[in-house]
Amino acid sequence: MSTDFEPRIIGFLCRWCSYNGADLAGTSRMKYLPNMVPIRTNCSGRVDPTHVLKALADGADGVLIAGCHPGDCHYINGNYRTAGRYPLMEKLLEQLGLEHGRVRLEWISAAEGDKFAKTVTEFTEQIRALGPLDWGKQFEAEEAKTA
Amino acid sequence: MTLTYSYFPGCSSEATGKAYDISTRAVCDKLDIELKELPDWNCCGSTSYFSIRELESFGVSARNLAIAQEVGGMDLVATCSACYTILAKTNRYFSEDPVLHETINEALEAAGRTYDGNVNVRHILDVIVNDLGCETVAEKVTRRMTKLRVAPYYGCQATRPKGTFDDPEFPTSLDHLLEAVGAEPIYYPVKTKCCGGMLMMTQEDAALRLCHELLKCAQDNGADVIVTTCPLCEMNVEAYQKMVNKAYGTSFNIPVMYFTQLLGYALGVDSKALALQMQIVPVENVLAKVPA
Amino acid sequence: MADEKIAVYFCDCGTNIAGKVDVDEVVKWAAEQPNVTVAREYKYMCSDPGQDLIKTDIKELGVTRVVVAACSPTMHEPTFRKAAADGGLNPFLLQMANVREHCSWVTEDPVEATEKAKRILSAQIHRLPFNEALQPIEVPVNPDVMVVGAGIAGIEAALKLADAGKKVFVVERDPSIGGHMAMFDKTFPTLDCSACILTPKMSALGKHPNITLMAYSEVTEVSGYVGNFKVKVRKKARYVDTDKCTGCAACTEACVVQKVKSEFDVGLGYRPAIYIPFPQAVPLKATIDPAKCLTLSKGKCAKQSCVSACGPGAIDFGQQDEQVELDVGAIIMATGFELFDCEREARYGYGRLANVITSLEFERLSNASGPTGGHIVMKNGEAPKSVAILHCVGSRDENYQEFCSRVCCMYSLKFAHLIKEHLPETEVYELYIDMRAYGKGYEEFYKRLMDEGVHFIRGRAAEVSDVALAPEEEGRLVVKAEDTLLGIMRRLPVDMVILSAGLSPRRDAKEVAQTFGFGCSANGFYLERHPKLEPASTMTDGVFLAGACQYPKDIPDAVAQAGAAAAGALTFVNNPTVKVEPTISYIDPEKCSGCHICVGLCPHAAIQFNAEKEVAEVIEAACKGCGVCVAACGSNVPQQRGYLDKQIFAEIEGALAL
Repeated sequence: MSTDFEPRIIGFLCRWCSYNGADLAGTSRMKYLPNMVPIRTNCSGRVDPTHVLKALADGADGVLIAGCHPGDCHYINGNYRTAGRYPLMEKLLEQLGLEHGRVRLEWISAAEGDKFAKTVTEFTEQIRALGPLDWGKQFEAEEAKTA
Repeated sequence: MTLTYSYFPGCSSEATGKAYDISTRAVCDKLDIELKELPDWNCCGSTSYFSIRELESFGVSARNLAIAQEVGGMDLVATCSACYTILAKTNRYFSEDPVLHETINEALEAAGRTYDGNVNVRHILDVIVNDLGCETVAEKVTRRMTKLRVAPYYGCQATRPKGTFDDPEFPTSLDHLLEAVGAEPIYYPVKTKCCGGMLMMTQEDAALRLCHELLKCAQDNGADVIVTTCPLCEMNVEAYQKMVNKAYGTSFNIPVMYFTQLLGYALGVDSKALALQMQIVPVENVLAKVPA
Repeated sequence: MADEKIAVYFCDCGTNIAGKVDVDEVVKWAAEQPNVTVAREYKYMCSDPGQDLIKTDIKELGVTRVVVAACSPTMHEPTFRKAAADGGLNPFLLQMANVREHCSWVTEDPVEATEKAKRILSAQIHRLPFNEALQPIEVPVNPDVMVVGAGIAGIEAALKLADAGKKVFVVERDPSIGGHMAMFDKTFPTLDCSACILTPKMSALGKHPNITLMAYSEVTEVSGYVGNFKVKVRKKARYVDTDKCTGCAACTEACVVQKVKSEFDVGLGYRPAIYIPFPQAVPLKATIDPAKCLTLSKGKCAKQSCVSACGPGAIDFGQQDEQVELDVGAIIMATGFELFDCEREARYGYGRLANVITSLEFERLSNASGPTGGHIVMKNGEAPKSVAILHCVGSRDENYQEFCSRVCCMYSLKFAHLIKEHLPETEVYELYIDMRAYGKGYEEFYKRLMDEGVHFIRGRAAEVSDVALAPEEEGRLVVKAEDTLLGIMRRLPVDMVILSAGLSPRRDAKEVAQTFGFGCSANGFYLERHPKLEPASTMTDGVFLAGACQYPKDIPDAVAQAGAAAAGALTFVNNPTVKVEPTISYIDPEKCSGCHICVGLCPHAAIQFNAEKEVAEVIEAACKGCGVCVAACGSNVPQQRGYLDKQIFAEIEGALAL
């Protein structure tokens, strides 16, 4: 495996907990790996499986979804919807031939800047170990074969 | 139903702590607890080794855990509190520190072994009190130890640092077990104080001072006997009473037993099978207090 | 859409961003991105000249979309949206790229930071063409305020609001208001009598025409939305008709059950089953403890002497809990703290050793209206000849609470002073880790105590023992500690040990926070909106924080925060309307198949099924914009304004474009 592989990661952060947790990591000047680009949604429950698929198809090597801890959701139970949806999505990704571990769901509160920083670094290393996904290219190759 | 565990006797079981090993096996036999001795076990990594060459002692310790995994991954039971602490510590560091995890496995690989970190390390007291339960023990008692006033001495390691099976500072599991066999656990606030440990070899004054406090507190609160959960505690508190007496002008002659010996006696195990004759301060007079 | 003119502004934030990110390079790169008309760098975008750049470019260059790469939108999105609006652009056509909190501050390597900044910016540049002009939704604000908890912080906040002419509902869990402060004897460092300064405020609250006091009541449910909260309150049955009760206390003397441990005296004294917690209670009404009253618990009390003692006939054994509904525009949380449970710290023997007491117990012991009439005595009734005060019990301890409880050093000094005042011959030892005397007049008070002959030992106590090893230790408590200044171990034989317990979050803080829709910090206290700039607000608009429920604080700080919370609530409810983000969902009836899936998933019951048209419909006023329905629909029919699928897709594309 190439050691200079830099994973590209999309992170969906809910606005009330995880986005603020990420802000707290910033104001606390915690250092973590730069591979994840955050995308803000109001609630982790807004994250549609198609968003995850889109990210992976467009070149992301991993996707992080982060929301409020169970019971802390700003929208009462939006994160329970996420929690319910996530295993189904994992199943779907598995059927599409994706290795386990490329998509992760974490609960990160607004007070957990350290957890946010740790999660991003750890997840980045995990994706680095899994290697590049190149899903888009794989599809193109498949299509070329069938064409 | 038989409870089955891997058993780590530890080095003292072959020397000064022989009685602990013998009585533990006898008691477990009575209580339908199956202890499968770990094949080819080695030093737990304890003693001062840990302070001087930490990595090596982690490695030594982990070899035992790796063997426990090979033989089925059952909970690994230790009797000696030092063995228990060090094996548990290795386990904890192993799972928390990925670098250590890798380094140790590298070392184990050289010996054709590997360890995943999934073996639970348990103390024999924990197993008897929490897996079997005091009620079950009480049902099997044939000699109620009434009138026997016992100082429950846990020692410094069995429940520390975080108290996995009992409160680290003021545990009560041994107290409950003593009650279950009909004995009276006395008020013994020094129950988790240090016995002096290995300082007895290097800083005798300090160790004797610590032992003195343990003995005095037992005597002041009217203990007939002190029971321990660790061979080093047993050794210090029992064998050094004469030296304490010399240093402090006292005249202690308090019987000290392993808790498994007392438990075995209550369960009707023969004195020989509990190695009671091995105790330095004779226990016969005290046990004679127990109604037949 | 292809003709959008995007302006990019990259803020240096002094060196906060520019110190790490190569701003020149990013701006050069940005200028070449599709749809970007202009890309500029500026030292401080949030300054007036920075904002003017945006306005000018909108007017002069015809900019139609704006992205500001700067700090977190939580910080300055409102600032820049307003600037855009002032320049004539719909504020929802502006996006922020968070390159400070999410990039420059958290990335070690400058090259990597620069690359990440580009990606973050690229995501927003790609998103912007899909942004739509939106109009904020305005909703009316109910001008009334609810204050939850009536210790000193709640009382102060309620009085401020009521004096400003607002209608205030005060909900207090206990039978009387007053909180912890009512239990104290003196206050540090001035040694004011606590009751003397508190009770005038308590009675002012009780009498205020603008305040509705609901003591012995609890909030059970909060619903509604910003500026329009609907609150359900359970008024617990006192079994006393408060309209008839005059507070004469004749019933309390008549009651046959006199030996109930008094909550107000933290178990050191007793109260009857029908009781008034303390003489200055507000409201001054009797309450029957249903667990201790023989009539209520056993079904029979031979005498029912309270009934015969009560002239006005206020006793009502048939009284039931009452549900009350309140409509308020803002809420102030002032639910306070509880004392760290000292039994958890087994080494100090609390609960096991008779003369080891907590700080709150000492407050009652030294209080003239307390169970001993203010005499500092041991359990045997004798005065102690020596007392050790152990600091940081439960605090600054990673086994329990890592944080400093802030008040213990000072109240420990106060205790030492009170002991010296009552018992001049008694030796007092303070065992501390660090002396934290940070407030006005505090250091001077510390100095004064040193002069009063108190022994200060720098070292955390290792244990409190009753094992005597020397004749002078017989029958006494021995405190073991390392004196870190002398470098020796000490055994201090004393008669009494006071545990200066830390302040803990209320046991139910998490559930309460959930009820109100905000969160707790990692340490368990309520989470403020911003630790520096909005310490009295929560993440929920219209809900404010006062006092020790947010973090341990002393009386002056609690009062100050109560003022800030009151001002925040006042500002909020003084506006007739509040603007709500229009990022809510909508459903295209042409596309909806009427499958019902979104209806059941909506957390706020904001989607109803129109049986006639056989489609789901969003109730706009109820929708809070979580977007759960959008993600759930199999045909992507519901869409969320401001978070359309195409906007999120574009953001993903942008983030991965380089």
